[in-house]
Amino acid sequence: MSRLAKKLTKTIQSRTDNLLQVREFVLEAARAFGFSDEDASKIVLAVDEACTNVIKHAYHYATNRMIQVVIEPDKERFQVTVIDDGKAFNPATARLPNLKQHLTHYRRGGLGIYLMKTLVDKVEYDYTPGRKNEVRLIKYLSPSTSSARG
Amino acid sequence: MADFKVHQRDGEGVSVIDLKGYLDAHTAPDLENAFQRLLNDRKFNIIVNCRELSYISSAGLGVFMAFIEDVRKNKGDIKLTNMSAKVYNVFDLLGFPILYEIFKEEQEAIKRFSEQKKS
Repeated sequence: MSRLAKKLTKTIQSRTDNLLQVREFVLEAARAFGFSDEDASKIVLAVDEACTNVIKHAYHYATNRMIQVVIEPDKERFQVTVIDDGKAFNPATARLPNLKQHLTHYRRGGLGIYLMKTLVDKVEYDYTPGRKNEVRLIKYLSPSTSSARG
Repeated sequence: MADFKVHQRDGEGVSVIDLKGYLDAHTAPDLENAFQRLLNDRKFNIIVNCRELSYISSAGLGVFMAFIEDVRKNKGDIKLTNMSAKVYNVFDLLGFPILYEIFKEEQEAIKRFSEQKKS
């Protein structure tokens, strides 16, 4: 059994200086769940990218909106949901850039989505237009990648 | 909170940017400003030393993308050095080693610049 079993929630205002506390929140939970430092770091970066997307694309850098980060551990499944009520954007269906082509044309957009999809096992998205967007980042604990648990 | 620092050193024909801490969407503008100052001063041979860089997200990676074209148009380059394995993995995931020369030590990047100058 994983050590972390309860649902955790953190709510922040939509400011980039709050990303650090989101990362610390997710890192602590991912480690407590049993992920290795390497896998915990991957989840942290994916959540950072999701929150950055919300600040940039859903809220267009407005600093007084809310972002909710909900962690739901369930057996071997670790799910982080990032919730906002801004403009809808679906990273789950966003086309992955052809990286080589992308880079050699010096394009900087789209890298965050690529990272999110690469770092976790599953990215899901739900939205109620004008009311709520949810991005769910899911990573499974596999015996080979988890830290030793006592 | 001072979670990111950019420090610039100028050597012979090469400018070195030392990065320390967390490079994310909040701190990326600090790095943008540093690159912009170098370009304004027409300093195009740039080494970014990542020895004390603990974290990078795509916002930080995007800064390198924003300046590399201008730097190379002016016959310069941005070379990266001293990355931790964790930071290198993020660069690698996004295929950056295709586009940027990454060295273990700063001295190797300086040597490469001087070789390129001769050729």
